[in-house]
Amino acid sequence: MTFKIAASPHAHQRRTTQQVMRWVYVALIPGVLLQTYFFGVGVYIQLALALLTAWVAEGLAMRLRGRPIGHAWQDHTAIVTAVLLAISIPALAPWWIIVIGTAFSIIVVKHVYGGVGQNLFNPAMAGYVLLLVSFPVQMTSWPVPNELAQLQVTISDTAQLIFSGFTNSGYNLEQLRMGVDGVTMATPLDSLRNDLNHQLTLTEALNKPIFGGLAGIGWAWINIAFLLGGLVLIKQKIISWHIPGGMLVGLLVPAAVYWMFNPDQAITPMLHALSGATMLGAFFIATDPVTAATSNKGRWVFGLFIGFLVFVIRTWGGYPDAVAFAVLLANMTVPVIDKYTQPVAYGHGGRS
Amino acid sequence: MSNPVNTYKELTWQGLWNNNPALVQLLGLCPLLAVTATVTNALGLGLATLLVLVGSNITVSLVRDFVPKEIRIPVFVMVIATFVTVIQLLMNAYVYGLYQSLGIFIPLIVTNCAIIGRAEAYASKNPWHHSAFDGLMMGIGFTLVLVLLGGIREVLGNGTLFDGANLLLGDWAASLRIELFRVDYPLLLAILPPGAFIVMGFIIAGKNWVDNYRAAHAEKPEKHVTRARVTSQ
Repeated sequence: MTFKIAASPHAHQRRTTQQVMRWVYVALIPGVLLQTYFFGVGVYIQLALALLTAWVAEGLAMRLRGRPIGHAWQDHTAIVTAVLLAISIPALAPWWIIVIGTAFSIIVVKHVYGGVGQNLFNPAMAGYVLLLVSFPVQMTSWPVPNELAQLQVTISDTAQLIFSGFTNSGYNLEQLRMGVDGVTMATPLDSLRNDLNHQLTLTEALNKPIFGGLAGIGWAWINIAFLLGGLVLIKQKIISWHIPGGMLVGLLVPAAVYWMFNPDQAITPMLHALSGATMLGAFFIATDPVTAATSNKGRWVFGLFIGFLVFVIRTWGGYPDAVAFAVLLANMTVPVIDKYTQPVAYGHGGRS
Repeated sequence: MSNPVNTYKELTWQGLWNNNPALVQLLGLCPLLAVTATVTNALGLGLATLLVLVGSNITVSLVRDFVPKEIRIPVFVMVIATFVTVIQLLMNAYVYGLYQSLGIFIPLIVTNCAIIGRAEAYASKNPWHHSAFDGLMMGIGFTLVLVLLGGIREVLGNGTLFDGANLLLGDWAASLRIELFRVDYPLLLAILPPGAFIVMGFIIAGKNWVDNYRAAHAEKPEKHVTRARVTSQ
């Protein structure tokens, strides 16, 4: 008889892709709940549309590739892509935005490259960039946080707005985005960017109702919720701390240095950390196991690079937020990072 | 090369499909990706490239015995540049609107690798009538891919076809414009360069799929089993 000899590690926790993906979207729940609290039930409608599109697109792609359809639906990777994309886009964006984005993410970014585990780019972020480049107006029209909005929208209003562009009483999105002072409100990062570019000082730029507490109203709490969800993932060993840690260091250290030299012309590190998609990007997007670097050292470099790119694009670039672009650019560098950070196997030489 | 009809048939097949400059050799991608946002631009640039290719192939083939091997590339470039300048001046005179919309990409035809590639690989080794036909077929193959790419991108991005065809073909062509669907917000990505790369990838994939399909369904020659006698009779 033969003895089965297994390679080390001998004690390990075995997790299927499905279990890993389930943890990821469970950890997203607090952030999604808060996002709904601040931006309305539109978030749920976007999620439903994204999941439905992902389900259909996944089935269609598997059918075209001649593979068993059920298997793809069971591994839950499409669900994570759909959820990430749905919470990255404005809650009241028209329905076709999320449908086009999700279909592109699943069919072109994921399945054209060979399906789960083969894709070069993060599917959710590639879909997001497609949408941002193609439909800049819709993709930057974030609704006003509920407590600042002049008009409160009901659930049926939200659905009407997403599917037809107008609420029951005939308001369009532009009118709803007016704050109490009748001025259309931008997101905190967008507003800061515009004001700083118009030679206002940071103190003047922050003197707007959308800012309060630590960072922008709503955004700070949403980011904290994603931070907590991410810490749960690290605790559960779903993701390693290297990528989020690297990304936050790569973003906050240059931001802090830059801010110390221009204290009134630069965004503070606190605003960098708790605005836009920083925490969602650091813990949920950049950590995608398929498109990130492989070794721990490589992950650290990958995270630092993303963080630094976010800082550069937010400070000097053409878009207010940068996580999607930074992640895609870093995805391209992964083969190089992997080549130069390959760990030395035990007994195979090294520096000595 | 023995049978002249076969040579022309082979050249046609090579230029249009098997060795298509855009789909197989992947040459001349810079203008291919840059100007194919509409069918009109694509057709204009394709025809200009076609004329340059035929002219340069004939000339290179005629002078091939008099050009020292060491300096052949500069000579070929001079020949190509001459034809490009001729085409550029003609376009400036007769299709000024298109001339403006293609802009820098007309003089850049000089740097199109498909042209210098044909001069080096075919025209410098073959008689002038074969070279002329080769240039024609390669040019048509290139133009067809340009038009296909332009058509797909124009439909995806604008929902129209032949928009601005009057710039190339005269005023009557304004009625060629077809509006397939009306969009309030165009899919900008299809018109921007990334859209060109993505659509181009799908076209190449489509061609490979057709090739594989044909190879799989081609009639296989019957295998004749011949026995080797190992024993003496």
